[in-house]
Amino acid sequence: MLREGHEVSCLDEDPESHARLEVGLDKGWEDLGGQFTVGAGLETDALLAAGIEHADAFIASTDGDNTNIVIAQIAQRRYNVPTVIARILDPLRAEWYERQGLHTVCPTRVAIDMLESAVREGAPRGGAPDDPAEAA
Amino acid sequence: MYIIVVGAGKVGWNLARELLEKEHEVTVIENNRRRYLTVEQELEHNVSYGDASELWVLERAGIERADMVIAVTGDDEDNMLICQVAREKYSVERVIARVNNPRNKPHFDLLGIKPSVSATDLILRLLEHEVPEYGLVHLLDLQEEQLEIIEMLLGKDSGVTGRRVGDLEMPEGSLLISVLRNGKGFVPVADTVLEVGDEVLAVLDPGHEEQLKNMFAPSGDNGSGDRSE
Repeated sequence: MLREGHEVSCLDEDPESHARLEVGLDKGWEDLGGQFTVGAGLETDALLAAGIEHADAFIASTDGDNTNIVIAQIAQRRYNVPTVIARILDPLRAEWYERQGLHTVCPTRVAIDMLESAVREGAPRGGAPDDPAEAA
Repeated sequence: MYIIVVGAGKVGWNLARELLEKEHEVTVIENNRRRYLTVEQELEHNVSYGDASELWVLERAGIERADMVIAVTGDDEDNMLICQVAREKYSVERVIARVNNPRNKPHFDLLGIKPSVSATDLILRLLEHEVPEYGLVHLLDLQEEQLEIIEMLLGKDSGVTGRRVGDLEMPEGSLLISVLRNGKGFVPVADTVLEVGDEVLAVLDPGHEEQLKNMFAPSGDNGSGDRSE
């Protein structure tokens, strides 16, 4: 998104993850206009430092569903960010929160769908497994 | 009542014990296998293994017919969301959440999770009561009713000692409701004369603490109320 010319600000608890942002970039993250803040997503100070107050979009994609759901709702309700997206691995909760008006992305759901269609597409080509009962 | 307690730590376990003693129906949900096995030896079928963040775990525990959900895990996000889902998805009428980190308290409020209980806050209140560093102790916040009750200890620097209650110009929206003197409490009347060592209780609209504090200059304040003027 940074490459497309958007202003991108990352918030992470681990200062080391800054290095990950620069993998594959020919310039530094900040040189390209990126911002990086070290802090926890639940900390008001960290969110403010990362610039949540003037964000057009907010993505909560930590490795914890619960953290993402909470922070996303904070972004939505307290800071009125127009576009808020939360990563939720648990399909049941992703579905429920989606119905509550939270935009969610569920990687588990996406993976299940992809695996399922891979199986469906793959099955005829690979041939049905030998099933004596069916052969009989 | 049917009560679901989430988290079988020291708080959850003992809470469950007491609730069972009071003859409530209780299910404790614990997601740590070892802890679950320990607690299960005593609470038997009243404890269930699983991550209460997951909807099916709550459903298996019978959340649909629960009268109350109490989330007391060591994780604030878990407590918040378990209560949110209990109330908004399963229409559980009463929820109580534990706040581990007092800084997360505004998040509980934002999601409408109340009441939320913070041990840190409780201890702080007790501490303020026992060691009145600020002179003014919050006794009760009636958030819905927009009222609070505070306690102030009158030291020798207080400007109101020796004066009649009827002569005090109390800020609008505040009222003295009782005086504790020599271990006894009474309701002050206009002729009551305040003395050094009195503990006075006042009920007030939120936001009037400062005015009262300036007026009563309760001790423990180290006179800072005056010095800052």
